[in-house]
Amino acid sequence: MIDPAAPTASRWQQAIIERLLPQTPRIVSVFLRSALGPHDAGQHVDVRLTAPDGYQAQRSYSIASPPGSETIELAIERLDNGEVSPYFHEVARAGDAIEIRGPIGGHFVWRAEDGGPLLLVAGGSGVVPLMSMLRHRAAAAPLTPALLVYSARTAADVLYRDELMSARALSPSFDLVLTTTREARQRPHDYERRLDRGLLREILDRWREAPRHVYVCGGTAFVEAVASSLVEEAIPAASIRVERYGGA
Amino acid sequence: MVTRGFFGRPPGKDIADRLPPGQYKTDDFPVLSMGPTPQVDLAAWRFTVNDGPRPLASWSWSEFEALPRTRWRRDIHCVTKWSKFDTEWEGVTVDDLFAAAGIAPPTRYLLAQSYDGYDTNVPVADLVDGRGMIATRYADHPIPAEHGGPARLLVPHLYFWKSAKWIRGLRFTARDEAGFWELRGYHLYGDPWREQRYTNDP
Repeated sequence: MIDPAAPTASRWQQAIIERLLPQTPRIVSVFLRSALGPHDAGQHVDVRLTAPDGYQAQRSYSIASPPGSETIELAIERLDNGEVSPYFHEVARAGDAIEIRGPIGGHFVWRAEDGGPLLLVAGGSGVVPLMSMLRHRAAAAPLTPALLVYSARTAADVLYRDELMSARALSPSFDLVLTTTREARQRPHDYERRLDRGLLREILDRWREAPRHVYVCGGTAFVEAVASSLVEEAIPAASIRVERYGGA
Repeated sequence: MVTRGFFGRPPGKDIADRLPPGQYKTDDFPVLSMGPTPQVDLAAWRFTVNDGPRPLASWSWSEFEALPRTRWRRDIHCVTKWSKFDTEWEGVTVDDLFAAAGIAPPTRYLLAQSYDGYDTNVPVADLVDGRGMIATRYADHPIPAEHGGPARLLVPHLYFWKSAKWIRGLRFTARDEAGFWELRGYHLYGDPWREQRYTNDP
């Protein structure tokens, strides 16, 4: 498991906000232009904001853009009572400068040469690093079988909905299963309940691939439930990588 | 570099004094790990101290529970930026563990090793003299599995990835060998007060 290619995070450097794109009622994409070195799909950056009195706040955000993209895309969820996320939703404008360092993380990453089948399981904004993997796959390994199982509150909360639907339509080796927990499903093969062990089994049976690499990202309770269910469904624990988000 | 329009919520002085640089205080207890939470059976649980490949001492769960116990209240700091104050732990200090087995540390470094295959390197000096414990209880209860139970390392003065969950033993090493995250971009030592987050941080 030793990864000699694990990159080293840069020092703090300036990044210019090139564009802000509201994606869902709670999530805004922030496109950054910077001199950050190349990243792997699944990695994150640290962001630092500085107040006039010198006070600084740092947070980590996953990268949604694929390796090799000209700008770095972060997709930032607005957290109630958050300290940093409201800045991106209410204050930031194109042309503003922030500081970033990275890329960070040498475990929750997928490279085209890692192959598949690839099982990605997302809860809410946990889809962000998985989106980088799917975009990387589409560009560099489009024949690698992949399935994204994505749990969101409502259809309007599904981040990258149009892009995912069109990827599904274009690539026979990519499957997409959505489940909405607070709203009825919109496609006949989707679901409208929590992602528990029984539902995961049903989805995996339908997929008919044995996943070689599994990435699970979401809130703590979601990740705990999904990862344990997958182990109970005889998916090797060593093939499952997890990332949980939390904090404000 | 001032960020236009950002003011933030600077913590009060009492909190600020306890927050290492770049951290914020949380009242939650976020969970981080590399993979699924392992289910560790207490009947099969063992804690082993090795010198390289050679076992020096080993305890079953009931033997471990009979060792002298200590309670600590400490602030903890995660490299993902959250800090949590006044967390309450109970367990066996590394001092008491070594004393019970008559172990004089044969080297200056060790790897803490976990049931899920995780490991992390800690200098021996950062675990002895009241600086490290093998904790089995949190807030007066057995440590929940997602927080590292049945037993985890607690070395609260370093970033919390050093406090290995689901610990199964300590292995003395001749050199300071990088562990799991230390091989994947994180700092070899990890002092939050010097903000040693990533590999080349000074």
